[in-house]
Amino acid sequence: MSVRRLADEAIQPATFAFTKENQAWAEKKMAEYPPGRQQSAVIPVLFRAQEQQGWISRAVIENVANLLGMPYIRVLEVATFYTQFQLKPVGTVAHVQVCGTTPCMLRGAEDIRHVCERKISHEPFEVTPDGKFSWEEVECLGACVNAPLVMIGSDTYEDLTPESFEAILDKFAAGKGDEVKPGPQVARQFGAAEGGATTLLEKPTAKRTYKPFPPPPEAPAAPAGAVPAPAAATPTAAGGKNKTTEETAPALKSPSPEKVSPATAEGERKAAATSAKADGAPNKAMREEATGAESPAGKIDAGKTDTKAKRVAAPAAVSSPTRETGGPLFTPPPGAKDDLKLISGVGPVLEGKLNAAGITTWAQVAALKKADIDRLEAHLAFPGRVARDEWIKQAKALAKGGVEEYRRVFGKDPR
Amino acid sequence: MLEDKDRIFTNLYGTGDWGLEGARARGGWVDTKKFIDSGRDWIVNEVKGSGLRGRGGAGFPTALKWTFMPKEGVNDGRPSQLLVNADESEPGTCKDREILRHDPHHLIEGCLLAGRAMGAHIAYVYIRGEFIRERQNFEAAVQQAYDARLIGKDNVHGWDFDIVVHHGAGAYICGEETALMESLEGKKGQPRLKPPFPAAMGVYGNPTTVNNVESIAVVPEILRRGGAWFAGIGRPNNTGTKLFMVSGHVNKPAVFEDALGCTFEELIEKHCGGIRGGWDNLLAVIPGGASCPVVRGEDMRTAIMDFDGLRDKKSSFGTGGMIVMDKSTDIIKAIWRIAAFFKHESCGQCTPCREGTGWMMRVMARMVEGRAQKREIDMLFEVTKQIEGHTICALGDAAAWPIQGLIRNFRDVIEARIDQYTWSSTTEGAVPSIAAE
Repeated sequence: MSVRRLADEAIQPATFAFTKENQAWAEKKMAEYPPGRQQSAVIPVLFRAQEQQGWISRAVIENVANLLGMPYIRVLEVATFYTQFQLKPVGTVAHVQVCGTTPCMLRGAEDIRHVCERKISHEPFEVTPDGKFSWEEVECLGACVNAPLVMIGSDTYEDLTPESFEAILDKFAAGKGDEVKPGPQVARQFGAAEGGATTLLEKPTAKRTYKPFPPPPEAPAAPAGAVPAPAAATPTAAGGKNKTTEETAPALKSPSPEKVSPATAEGERKAAATSAKADGAPNKAMREEATGAESPAGKIDAGKTDTKAKRVAAPAAVSSPTRETGGPLFTPPPGAKDDLKLISGVGPVLEGKLNAAGITTWAQVAALKKADIDRLEAHLAFPGRVARDEWIKQAKALAKGGVEEYRRVFGKDPR
Repeated sequence: MLEDKDRIFTNLYGTGDWGLEGARARGGWVDTKKFIDSGRDWIVNEVKGSGLRGRGGAGFPTALKWTFMPKEGVNDGRPSQLLVNADESEPGTCKDREILRHDPHHLIEGCLLAGRAMGAHIAYVYIRGEFIRERQNFEAAVQQAYDARLIGKDNVHGWDFDIVVHHGAGAYICGEETALMESLEGKKGQPRLKPPFPAAMGVYGNPTTVNNVESIAVVPEILRRGGAWFAGIGRPNNTGTKLFMVSGHVNKPAVFEDALGCTFEELIEKHCGGIRGGWDNLLAVIPGGASCPVVRGEDMRTAIMDFDGLRDKKSSFGTGGMIVMDKSTDIIKAIWRIAAFFKHESCGQCTPCREGTGWMMRVMARMVEGRAQKREIDMLFEVTKQIEGHTICALGDAAAWPIQGLIRNFRDVIEARIDQYTWSSTTEGAVPSIAAE
């Protein structure tokens, strides 16, 4: 933040009027915004005024305020807030803006600034006696790979050395500023590496092949009795505790708009609570409902509700195939869990998902068959992941002799 | 490492025609109508499946953001709007510039498709004021699209869509989404409090989604090649391709597109001709634009360049703009310059930031000379913690992090500088015993 004030009264011109062309342009610009929102055009219109007059005077502010139907103070606020607006006259031939922020500084922006201090004036914003040149140091001009650079007028001059920059200044001083080619001042194609691009060497084509998502896992029509209530899993996903993992959460794969509505999430939470209750104490009324199909309460009635339960479970699987409608894909073995994160490629999130899918030990991973892998990957929505990261090989080593064996096989610590 | 056939920005270096004909020859605007007709849910689903995370720095899942917008049919008469953030001002970042001037039709087509996905019929593209030539290119490209009836009322795609190109005038803070909206409304760019969130109450009080240029510009290619294609690149949760920018002390600084999940060393060796003076000469890297904490060179060499990979290094992936510093760098001065940047760009709304950024810059300036007390290092760290998290927007945090990174990683350098100053001082030029001003 810096203090910016209007120029001294002594140099303020009495009036300002847009040229006919600019006036028409300004009116067209105002019309681009919704009715009654012409205030939005204040920055573009002030910008135009600056292009016309070279700087923003009090008369410009008043003129623009009248044009846009704004109080003077609001336009003054804008003019003093945005640092591209020059509140004092600047060099008529060239006002040099030297980028001095860290990436440019590392490549020698200070030397460029010294050239300005020597050739133009010692202090920024100090116009040369003939009124033609001035300079300032600005914050990042947004072309960091082409550092150091300066901006003169609408163009940037990039990849400068003190020598090439002096040559450019001399050209401008001689009135031949147009002859200088804007952009990189070395043999370089815009942002590409000097000496030739390292990418995009092939000629681009318009040919595209669409890669579909892998087919959803075959509907796991698990026996109704063994399935825990799936609704219990839903509220956690909908609650959105961890935003970054949500995108990979299988429950969100089918874009049901209700996912983000708190009211629905609340509803789901209630439903989950109810079905959880049904888990513990079989409730006659609940078992009539479809959710009863997925609750172990169905087991109590043995064969009686079984057929009905299956019928209800099947359409649910079809309507959102990627959602985990069944229970765990695999049966978790009894005993302690292994730290699956030791398998390179498995992080805490993936470990949680594997555990949820019923995989808790290295031995289980090592024993995965082709079909299992397909099923698992479809569930995780990371096709090819298991093979790419060599989960099986890693898990075999870990299952055989833990970390020691892993070190022996792979020659490094598991992560 | 990515092959050319998997690259999205095929005219990144401006070798071809940036206009409509060139874009069509490179595969742009193909099948767009089919995607529009496939409907809102299909587009959202495809982008969600691709795992695309926002490219503006925070890495929020793009499709998830879109789903926050009001649904069709439940609208209360307020129009949904897309606001594209092309106010690219983070030091070290210069990717959107290349998109705007060399691949503008990616962005225009992306706006249309994203608009369909969130039920918006209008997009505002806010370009930073310094990008004058880039804006002219983009405006010309928008006009081409209007002329070819690709966008506009009654266009060939059957989804009415307008694009308004707006621009700023040199305020970094307008890259913050609520400040961006204030600025678009013709006010000072001072961030708003959230909630209400933009998706509920944004520009002109209407539901608005703010997306980065790159996030929107990759959408058409994701739809054409399939979300599964995009998801197959990179590591889980960090999928896809990304524009990287490398500035500073490498042999050949460049912008390039590559897969997420490559290591820092691979990228630098392949695209930038290595570190100036060899890898032993690498001092430090700021991995994602100036607001990210600095990482020591030896830690950085094997760092995996994606969101999670750099979080493991206690830094942030940010925008993918790497600032590389070799051992000739005065690291304290480099961070001081960043502190000066944030002091200049603080909007002045919240006291901790307005006063704190200036205070930190002044203490840093003394530390560059070594004219400080060692206990002031802890005090400075303490103050950065007082600023972080106590402001309306994240500029306070962004100003605090580089200094925290410096103190965490280069405390020895600061202390050595202070010792040096003490030793070389005479009785007249004694070390001040007072704290900061």
